[in-house]
This record gives sequence, C-alpha cells and structure tokens, in this order.
Amino acid sequence: MSAGIELWPPQASHHAEQVDLLIGSFGAMVWLLTLPVFVLMTWFTIRYRRSHQVNRQHAPTHNLWVELGWSVIPFLLTLGFYVWATMLFFDIHRPPPDAMTIHVVAKQWMWKYQHPEGAREINDLHVPAGEPVELVMTSEDVIHSFFVPGLRIKQDLVPGRYTSLWFNASRPGRYALRCAEFCGTDHSVMGGNLIVLQPQDYAAWLSRSADGGLDGTLAETGATLFRQMGCSGCHAAASPVRAPALGGIFGRPVALSDGRTVIADEQYLSDAILLPNKEIAAGYPSIMPTYGNVLTAEQVNALVAYLKSTHAAQDSK
Amino acid sequence: MTEPRFEHPPEEAAISYLADGHSLRSWFLTTDHKRIALLYLVSITFFFLIGASAAALIRLDLLTPQADLLTNEGYNRAFSIHGIVMVWFFLIPAIPNVLGNFLVPIMIGARDLAFPRLNLLSWYIYIFSGLLTLYVVVSGGVDTGWTFYTPLSSAYANGAVVATIVAVFISGFSTILTGINFIVTIHKLRAPGMTWGRLPLFIWSHYATSIIFVLATPVLAVTLLLVAAERLIGIGVFDPRLGGDPLLFQHLFWFYSHPAVYIMILPALGVISELITAAAHKRIFGYWFVAIASIAIAVIGFMVWGHHMFVSGQSVYASAVFSFLSIAVAVPSAIKVYNWTATLYKADIAIDAPLLFALSFIGLFVAGGLTGLMLAMLAIDVHVTDTYFVVAHFHYIMVGGSVTAFFGGLHFWWPKITGRLYNETLGRIAAVLILVGFNVTFFPQFLLGYEGMPRRYHVYPPEFQVLHVISSMGAALLAVGYALPAIYLIASLLPGGRRAPANPWGATGLEWTTSSPPPKDNFTEQPVVARQPYDYPLAHPASRDDG
Ligand code: HEC
Ligand code: HEM
Ligand SMILES: [Cu+2]
Ligand SMILES: [Cu+2]
Repeated sequence: MSAGIELWPPQASHHAEQVDLLIGSFGAMVWLLTLPVFVLMTWFTIRYRRSHQVNRQHAPTHNLWVELGWSVIPFLLTLGFYVWATMLFFDIHRPPPDAMTIHVVAKQWMWKYQHPEGAREINDLHVPAGEPVELVMTSEDVIHSFFVPGLRIKQDLVPGRYTSLWFNASRPGRYALRCAEFCGTDHSVMGGNLIVLQPQDYAAWLSRSADGGLDGTLAETGATLFRQMGCSGCHAAASPVRAPALGGIFGRPVALSDGRTVIADEQYLSDAILLPNKEIAAGYPSIMPTYGNVLTAEQVNALVAYLKSTHAAQDSK
Repeated sequence: MTEPRFEHPPEEAAISYLADGHSLRSWFLTTDHKRIALLYLVSITFFFLIGASAAALIRLDLLTPQADLLTNEGYNRAFSIHGIVMVWFFLIPAIPNVLGNFLVPIMIGARDLAFPRLNLLSWYIYIFSGLLTLYVVVSGGVDTGWTFYTPLSSAYANGAVVATIVAVFISGFSTILTGINFIVTIHKLRAPGMTWGRLPLFIWSHYATSIIFVLATPVLAVTLLLVAAERLIGIGVFDPRLGGDPLLFQHLFWFYSHPAVYIMILPALGVISELITAAAHKRIFGYWFVAIASIAIAVIGFMVWGHHMFVSGQSVYASAVFSFLSIAVAVPSAIKVYNWTATLYKADIAIDAPLLFALSFIGLFVAGGLTGLMLAMLAIDVHVTDTYFVVAHFHYIMVGGSVTAFFGGLHFWWPKITGRLYNETLGRIAAVLILVGFNVTFFPQFLLGYEGMPRRYHVYPPEFQVLHVISSMGAALLAVGYALPAIYLIASLLPGGRRAPANPWGATGLEWTTSSPPPKDNFTEQPVVARQPYDYPLAHPASRDDG
C-alpha cells in the first residue's frame, strides 16, 4: 500500500465539488478578514514596543462606528455563505422522486444493505453511477454514522428511527466508507467500500447476486413475515379483530386518537410496529402487541417495504 | 462576611498569607481564598498529568496505522479518560478555581469570597470526585468517550460507566458552589467606588462564567443521572428498546456542553484582556464592548447546542436555525479580538512572556473560532463532523486558547501569588515552544479531518500516516514546552529565588496595590476606588529603554 500523503479526498459527486468550492471560498474570505488582524497585531507590537520612541499621542479609547463596522460587516458577509451552505444541505435531504432506495442496517460493527430487488450485501455497497440513490437507514444497537468522504456526506443511523440521505455518485470507482460515530470497541474497523459501477455493470452485478440464492425481493420477504408474525391475523380483511386495513397505507394521512393527523411514512410505520402505543389510529382499540423485542431491524424494514408495496384494496371494514 | 473587614491596623505590616501558618491543618482547613487557589493549582496540575499521560498513549499508538501499544478497547479507554479528566478535572476548574479564586476578591477590593467555607467545601468535593475518577482508571476504565452517547453508554458499553457518571455528577456541585460564590461576591463585596463600569474585564468574564456554571451544570447532572438509572434499573429514557429516545440524550447533553465550552474559554478571555492592557500600558479599546461581549457569549451560547447534531437526524429546519445562531455567537468573540488588536495601537508595549502568551492565544483562538464558523456551515459540517477537523477545532480553542491563557495568567500573576520572579528568558522560550509545538501537533489534524479521517479511530488507513506522525512529533515538542515552565517556576520558589516587588509590571488593578504575596486579608487598608480600570497615562512623552 502506498503510504504517501493524500492531500485532498477524491470528488465522487457533483455535491463533493460544491462542498469543496464552498469551503475554498469561505476559507478565502475568512483569511481576508483575519490577515489584517495578524499583520496589525505584529506591526503594532514591534512599532510600539517600549524601547522604541514614537508618537503615541491621541490614542483612541473607543469608537462606536468602528465597533459596529467590524461586527456587522463580517457578519453580513458570513450570512451570504450561510445561505449557500444551507441550500446545499437542504439538497442532500431532498431526494429526487426517481431515486432508488437501498436499505441500510448498521450493527456493532458491520453494515448490511438490501437493494430494492432483494440483493443483500455486507460492508461493501454497490451502486450505479449517475443515478440518484437514497439510503434509508437504521441501526440495530447503538448509533453509527455512514460516512463517505469522497461524497462529502455523512448521516447518523439511530436505533428506533429511520434516517436517510441520498447521493448521485457520478464517477465510477471505489470510495472508502467509514463509521464516523463512536460505537464501541471496534468502531475504527467498521468500514467498507462504496463501489460505484457503470449502470450496465451494476445491472450485471445485481443479476449475479440475485442468482446467489437470496430470498426474493424485500417486499416479498415482508409479505411472508406479515403472515408468519401474525399481523394478518388482525389486519386481514376477514379478521374478526377490529384493526385498520393496511393496504396502500404508505403516504396516506392517518387520523390518530389524540386528534392529530400524520402522514404514514417509514418512520410512522416502523413506530407503529415497534412502539404501537406511541401513536394510536383513531377509532381502534390499542391492542396491537409491541414487536420491539421480536423483530430485527431488517425484518421491520422488510415489513415496511411490504406495506409500501401494497395498494388500497376493496377491503375496507 | 459580616464581621469588621480589616483587623490589622494599617501601620502594622501584615504577614503574608503564605507565612500565616505552616501546619498541614493551616492548609487543608484554610478558608483563605488564596490558599484554596493554591490547593486547586496543585490538584489540577496533578489531573493535567493524568490526562496528558493518556494523550501520550494515544499519540504514540497513532504513530502507525495498526494497533501497536493498545488493544481497541484499551485505546477507547485512553481517549475516554483523556477527555473526561481534561474537561472536568483540569480545564473547567483551571482558570476560575486557581486564578479566579485568587484574584476575584483582590481585584474588587474584598477580603475574601462571600462564602469562604463553601469555597473550601467546593475543593473537597472536587478532590473527592477526582479520586473517584482515578478509581475508574485503575478499576479498568470506561469506554464511552467524554460525551456518553446513549444507548452505547446506557446499555452497551462495558467498564465503570456508572462510577464515572457519579464522579462527574459530584464534581458538578463543586462547580455550582464556585459559581454561586463568585456571583454573590461580585454583587456584594465590591470595594467602595468599585462600580460595575470600573470592574476589571477579568471580573466581567468570571461573572459570565459563573452564570453558566449555575444554570447549565444542573442539566448535565440530571442527564447523567438518567443514564445511570437506565443502566442500573432499566428505566426507558434514552434506549429505544425501552421506549426511549437516544436523541433526547444528545439534546440534553449539548444543552449543557455547548455552554460548557464557553465555561472553558470565557475566563481565558478575561485573562487576556488583563495581560494585553498591562503589557500595552494602555486603556483597553472599547471597554464596554469587551465587557458586554462576555455576557452576550454566555447568553447566546445557550441557544446553539444543536450545532453538534447536524447529522444526528435532527430536523433540517432546526439545523438551519442552529447554524444561524452559531454564526451569531461568533460575533462577540470577534469583537474581543478586534478590540485587543486596537488596544496595541499607540501603546507602550513590554514584550515579556505574558504578552507572548497573550499574542499566541489570540492567534490560536482566532484559528479555532474561524474553523468553528466553518463547522457552523451546514454543508461543510456534514463532511467534517466527527472527524479530526472537529478534534483540531476544539483543541485550538481549548488548548491553544484556554491553556495558553492559563499559562500566560500564571506567569503574569506568579510574582503576586508567590512573591517570586521567574526567569524571564526561559519564560519567553517556553511561550514560543508552546506556540510552535501546538501548531505542529494540531494543524495537520485539520487536513486529516477534511481528507476523511474519523475521530476516535484506533486503526486507520495508511494514507493518513504521514500527517499522524507529524502530529505526534508536535506533541512531543508541546510536552517539552509545558514541562519547561514547571521547572523554572518551581525553581523560583527555592531559597534564593528573586523576590518580587508589589507591582513588577507597573500595572493598574487593585491586586498590584498590595504586597507580593498579599497579606492574609489581602489589603492592610480598605481600598477605595476612584478611577476607571486600566487608567494608564494615555501617552508616554518619554520612553524607557528596558522592558
Ligand atoms: C392483536 C391484533 C394485531 C396484531 C397481531 C397486529 N396488529 Fe397492527 N394494529 C392493530 C390495531 C388494533 C391497530 C390500531 C391501533 C393502533 O394504532 O395501535 C394497529 C395498527 C397498526 C398500524 C398503524 C395503522 C394505522 O392506520 O395507523 C400498522 C402499520 C400495523 N398495525 C402493522 C402491524 C404489523 C406489521 C403487524 C405484524 C408484525 C401487526 N400490525 C400486528 C392490531 C394488531
Ligand atoms: C467562535 C465560536 C464557535 C463556533 C461557531 C463553534 C462551532 C462549533 C461547531 C459547529 C461544532 C460542532 C462540530 C461537530 O461536532 O460537527 C463545534 C464543536 C466543538 N467546539 Fe466549537 N465553536 C465555537 C467556539 C468554541 C469554543 C469557545 C470552544 C471551547 C472552549 C469550543 C469547543 C468545542 C468542542 C469541545 C467541540 C466538540 C465537541 C465534541 O464533539 O466532542 N468551540 N464547535
Ligand atoms: Cu462506529
Ligand atoms: Cu458547541
């Protein structure tokens, strides 16, 4: 392995270039504002040293306008960069609608990924170049953080919660992927590679791994679980138990017993499964059992994927 | 605080506080704020050595990409204990409890703090919690980092988590007592004529610090207790498996810990204002701006905690607001820097060790503050948070800033505290060594962080090795820089050390009107204040030819 200095991390996406441009120009402005301080400090110290005879008459002791000037002008200049940085940040939190979704589950000390077609992998993640990819992520134990320096992005994975981020890696290649949130003993070896492939190579890779005998798509796994775990016992149309129908629930507003209405997103659905007493659908008894200690994060992912894939059926009850 | 203030009639030369009793009892049961300050000085030095030993282990191990000295577990314990000891047992008490304890009463013309016995109690509480921390070290340590993030700390970490939490919890009482003592003292015990507008800036900054002590510390205490309770009896507050929310912990923790970073820097800002004006022999430029900036930092500092959570999953709109407020909190800090620089204009500057420390402080504090500003920019933070960039940022401020100011203050007031003069040449050499050693150690870490080296990594990719080696070499230089003052300051105490006059720097300020070292009651006569602080003659018609 070459052990030379790597002076700048690779730029694997347009966003990475933008971040570099931002820090470069902000750095330049900051230097412009600071240089006078360093120069004047040194110059004054030398010129007005005690052994040096110079004019010290009429030294000012205060000046309101000068004070306001050096407070307000740098602040306003910085605000310009604030707007720029905040817009870039909002960008990485608004995935385009056509982004493909990959589920990520972290645990001490490994990464597990599930592709939409069902392919799974560990630590190394393959993605197609030039296509938006959204990662929907959670953790099975402690907090971890998904960090790809080449993309200039990072997002924590929090147990009991979904977080997400998206990217569009434009240059094929291998990029380091690291855990950035301290997560216990082997934190520093919890890493892998982000492998960006040309779309056709990615398709080939996908079909190879699908042949590897992994079980169906994520949603199909979820459908099986839905029966195995007894969900259908209450939620199926024919069930004698009064429980809401779940067909097509994803993305729809749900009225809650406390009067609020929320949109059924991934977070809501996983909470409904893991912490059913947190939010209770209006008009139903709160008899749904807690699955927090029963299901793994991956199984919850699969169930959520299944619920997302269902459509509003005739089965209103 | 109610008995008559000064027992010694003025004509009777009072004996110094150091000569007033030599028994152990006269030290360990003293209520004299000056002696308590020295108790603190010895104890924080001891804890500094513990924290520094852990740092040495860390830097040695990082010389190579693989694990050499320590196991992964051992490394995690080393940086955890480093952070915990340095933050709570060295840096937070350093300036307030040593220099502040010694100087706050003297600078405002009081005989002691308002509650002298509480002051002693606060030292005992500190020592007790410190010993508990040492017990944690010998009993195998703790591997949560100083941040104790849940659910790692509350459910997964092994090691003496609860003992550590109890230690930090107890040390908080010491902090709170000091804060209350300073606030009451500054309000009630000012000498006649010492109006708020005549307070030295050192006092203003200690006042602001005390407010944070009292308001923020209880939040940390409660938060840590909840972690301990979750660990011990499984109440579900932070652990999602028990229905808790891990982000709640981060909100509570940073609600304390961001103000706590200002606890560590505000007293330093006060020290620097004193060093600059005394060296410059000139009134501070913009007294009120500098004074109010301390209060503004304390207040706005309570509203920016979310900037530690930009990638935690917190709402993006909350992040945008926290980012804005973090930029705003930089303004009062910048005001101070500009005012110090303006103070040097047309001044009459003695280039002695305290000034060299003060100028190093300004340079390093500016670098730390500006990188803080970069971290406050959302899109930049997403890339560099939890990397060595953040490590470099806070070391520039806490070590480059606060520790340098502490050393500067120690040199400046050493003659007052001990009655001895140290070797000025060695003092200047130490100041330069520390500045260079510090930059060699920490500047490469900015580059490491931007290149993608996460913090708290024991093993790392080989391409980062060169910068890590430079950083470790810098650390060795820095260690020499810190060891040097220990040698010549202690040497100055030996019999035959040069005696200090009452006012070796020709500085204003009540502490320089009393003898060096001061008498037990600080002054032989109740001082009366009739002038502004830093009331140096504005212009010097003649100049002297020595420093
Ligand atoms: C004992 C019957 C029962 C079982 C078994 C059960 N549920 Fe439920 N579920 C309910 C009831 C009743 C509600 C409505 C009250 C509430 O929100 O807690 C509900 C609500 C929900 C909701 C929220 C729906 C809405 O309209 O807000 C989701 C999602 C859900 N369940 C998924 C599941 C899944 C997945 C499983 C299997 C792992 C499951 N449930 C098993 C009874 C059950
Ligand atoms: C000039 C104003 C400052 C700004 C705008 C600022 C900004 C920030 C930001 C945004 C972070 C979070 C970085 C991250 O974790 O991603 C941070 C971290 C930190 N800052 Fe500052 N900062 C400033 C001053 C200070 C001061 C005065 C201190 C201490 C004396 C300090 C100490 C720290 C510490 C200890 C951390 C890291 C905590 C941790 O994660 O362990 N900062 N700062
Ligand atoms: Cu980790
Ligand atoms: Cu902060």
